Amino acid sequence: MSTLVDIIVVALVLLGATFVLIGSWGLVRLPSTMERLHGPTKATTLGLGSLLLASVVYFQGRLGIWTAHELLIALFLFITAPISANMIAKVHLHRRRIGAIEEPDGIAGPPPRPAGEGDWATFEAPEKDTQASTANS
Amino acid sequence: MMKRLLPHPALSIMLLIVWLLMANTVTVGGVLLGTVFGLVLPKFTEPFWPDRPRVRFGRALLGYCVIVLFDIVVANFQVARLILFRRNRDLRSRWLVVPIALRTPEAVTVLAATISLTPGTVSSDVSADGRSLLVHALDVGDEAAEITRIKTRYEARLQRIFA
Repeated sequence: MSTLVDIIVVALVLLGATFVLIGSWGLVRLPSTMERLHGPTKATTLGLGSLLLASVVYFQGRLGIWTAHELLIALFLFITAPISANMIAKVHLHRRRIGAIEEPDGIAGPPPRPAGEGDWATFEAPEKDTQASTANS
Repeated sequence: MMKRLLPHPALSIMLLIVWLLMANTVTVGGVLLGTVFGLVLPKFTEPFWPDRPRVRFGRALLGYCVIVLFDIVVANFQVARLILFRRNRDLRSRWLVVPIALRTPEAVTVLAATISLTPGTVSSDVSADGRSLLVHALDVGDEAAEITRIKTRYEARLQRIFA
């Protein structure tokens, strides 16, 4: 029984470590900022997920206790990963527009403008007396 | 009266559950403290979040979570393959402008987060009028097909959940 637990834990840890490594390798190897953003936001979610699952299996199989902390770590990761990616992308858009970036545009070229009037939200200061919500507009 | 006391009932329940998970045991004291947090925190953060989103907690939401989790696993293998085996000059990175029909800020946020977590796409910004999303895709062959996939697979389901 404990050998089976060990095998599962080892397999999950190896899988997780492999994905985290690939994600970090992507960060180094992809050509420009926007492409690099893809490595850490995705390849690492499954990597970390496997490591957390290994932790749950280990504590249940070896010590006989259920832990819920891994679930919380996964929850906070899923909430924060898209936000940090979004922040990096926005900073990239701003730095591009003011010409602070030395590297040429990535494979995708310059970002397009939105359809219709206006610009992307990050470039537009909110107008005075703008409502805090757009729920009913 | 209920609305003044409990501006976000779902957030209150969520805070209680997170508190209990953090303590890792269910005790009377833990439940009491979690309930206090569930009552006090939504009240204090209400000015930042004035509207209460109408969310249907049901089969549609559960199905959406299952689909997104499945897609995250698939996405990881796809992106890993691209990172390991695709040469940079063969990478077809594109900007996509995805028109969105969702109107509530909460629904758009969930859609943007889903796009960032799933196959080869990162949502970068929303347009000032809230009608399109700027998405960066790592490798797409057909841009129109990718936009249709986002709209049918995620947005259509979110429209049923945030109705």
